[in-house]
Amino acid sequence: MKKFTQITGVAAPMPLVNVDTDMIIPKLFLKTIKRSGLGKNLFDEMRFDDNGEEIADFVLNKPAYRNAQILVAGENFGCGSSREHAPWALLDFGIRVVISTSFADIFFNNCFKNGILPIVLPQSDVDKLMEDANRGANAVLSVDLESQTISGPDGGQISFEVDAFKKHCLINGLDDIGLTMQKADAIDVFEAKHSVSAPWI
Amino acid sequence: MTAKTLYDKIWDAHLVSEDADGTSLIYIDRHLVHEVTSPQAFEGLRAAGRPVRAPEKTIAVPDHNVPTTLDRIDGVVKNEESRIQLDALDKNARDFGVHYYPVDDIRQGVVHIIGPEQGWTLPGMTIVCGDSHTATHGAFGALAHGIGTSEVEHVLATQALIQQKSKNMKVEITGKLAEGVTAKDITMAVIGKTGTAGGTGYVIEYCGEAIRDLSMEGRMTVCNMAIEGGARAGLIAPDQTTYDYVMGRPHAPKGAEWEMALAYWKTMFTDEDAEFDLMLTLKGEDIAPLVTWGTSPEDVLPITGVVPHPDEFEGGKVDAVKRSLEYMQLTPGQKLTDIAVDTVFVGSCTNGRIEDFREVARIVKGKKIKTGMRAIAVPGSGLVRLQAEEEGVAKILSDAGFEWRLAGCSMCLAMNPDKLQPGERCAATTNRNFEGRQGRGGLTHLVSPAMAAAAALTGHLTDVREM
Ligand code: SF4
Repeated sequence: MKKFTQITGVAAPMPLVNVDTDMIIPKLFLKTIKRSGLGKNLFDEMRFDDNGEEIADFVLNKPAYRNAQILVAGENFGCGSSREHAPWALLDFGIRVVISTSFADIFFNNCFKNGILPIVLPQSDVDKLMEDANRGANAVLSVDLESQTISGPDGGQISFEVDAFKKHCLINGLDDIGLTMQKADAIDVFEAKHSVSAPWI
Repeated sequence: MTAKTLYDKIWDAHLVSEDADGTSLIYIDRHLVHEVTSPQAFEGLRAAGRPVRAPEKTIAVPDHNVPTTLDRIDGVVKNEESRIQLDALDKNARDFGVHYYPVDDIRQGVVHIIGPEQGWTLPGMTIVCGDSHTATHGAFGALAHGIGTSEVEHVLATQALIQQKSKNMKVEITGKLAEGVTAKDITMAVIGKTGTAGGTGYVIEYCGEAIRDLSMEGRMTVCNMAIEGGARAGLIAPDQTTYDYVMGRPHAPKGAEWEMALAYWKTMFTDEDAEFDLMLTLKGEDIAPLVTWGTSPEDVLPITGVVPHPDEFEGGKVDAVKRSLEYMQLTPGQKLTDIAVDTVFVGSCTNGRIEDFREVARIVKGKKIKTGMRAIAVPGSGLVRLQAEEEGVAKILSDAGFEWRLAGCSMCLAMNPDKLQPGERCAATTNRNFEGRQGRGGLTHLVSPAMAAAAALTGHLTDVREM
């Protein structure tokens, strides 16, 4: 997994609430058996018209936001299906941070597995960052995971919370499976006990 | 000993280890796998040279991509990419030696239908699948939830999952349901109340007389949509209805093991003084047959209502409602019963079981669907299809003008040939009405099977109580 320590980049505003994973990556593109290459179809139905032409006023099509690395989003971002294709598409496009007042549970977890940092902030902070993001190419934010802070274009700072274990994995680019494999003995012990108390399983 | 909720009990019984910050490793009893969210996980195992730790607890079935038209019997999958995904599952299932129901097996079907049907799903278990509607299995008092592909790989490799414990929420539905009101209306009513994010961070336990009165199939419908309310999982404590359903299923315990299991299952309930972090109570009598008007499952109203105005909402929802009304081509104030539909879809893991088709048959028996209407009935599994044919339900549907299909997800998500065309409007028994969910530009109204049947006959959204 890609490590995450610090990102400085353009933030794109996406105030719509309940952005679901079908919007992030329509099912049409789920037929891949790879993890890569989905960025070109990120937000496909909002980004392109029926002829495949770019829709000019969609935020990521605007010149200022084409290289955005941060999304400032409306509440309940990432609801809907469990498809990890959603964070894969965001990552492939170049998005490393999503900021919102709330995220859907599975999407939130999936982000951390892919080197994307989802940040939950109170409404007032998101409103402020949304304002910053609306400034186009000047909408540069710096997100520092180590110190858990976001610095805005005016030099103001906002701090955020993050689960300590998830932070540790993200900063070190650690693969969960490897970590769990180190606990193989504990799993063996549990399994042996479980098969005696619940042999029908 | 402190009082525990049902969720607490299942959690504690599966805890392998817990770190100081609450990060926990949970043992997984059943892992269900389908073709869309698993290829990258198996690819990861191969790359790392890891086996599937517990192939005997892993069950694979193709469902999302498979065509449901009869020509599938000849092995025809016209879409090249779908075929690649189906072939990948076939190869992965065989190479790694997991239980597998291939496309031509009579037991094949939607993953959340066949788990219970085959007796893989049992009370007190932990169950995961790379699919958000895994919540369905919670109807048995199993802790069941959707996971992402990285987690699928993690479970394949370790039979365990890294989790933080959720909070407990109780949703009680008191009293009796009125005539024409079903499990689907209960679950939609709850989401209408909580919103799609209201359950985020919680595991919901559904209880109350109206829930107890439901069949297992109805309970599965309720839990299926827990995820649409944002909850990690939905649960219903097992009772006699559950044991009767489970007994005799192919993978259910037998003989002495059955007795042992039953004794254990009878401890699977929330203790009397256990505390919930959040509670919601609805009166069964107050729930009406519901429909969705927008593009979020929280956009529900009784069928007797009118399309709302964006001004009736607050905050970011105002713009979202404007956008959905535009997408749905609806005007505020329009009566819901005036909305004409050209397509009816009965199926999916929400409502693709035998009782759902019986309900539709009861309403359309001896009648014809509206001229020009396209009505599709897709059984949730090959065995549901067989049973409906044996009972004469399939014939009633076909005689009324329904297309009677083979098992799969079909038009629930349009990853297969069954899709809405732009502007087509569908009354669907599915669980998601997102933009483009049933096909780009397709317009979806979520309803119960009874309401779908009524709409098929009249050609517009219809109050089934008037049929
Ligand atoms: S029937 Fe629909 S909701 Fe259920 S698993 Fe298939 S696509 Fe998902």
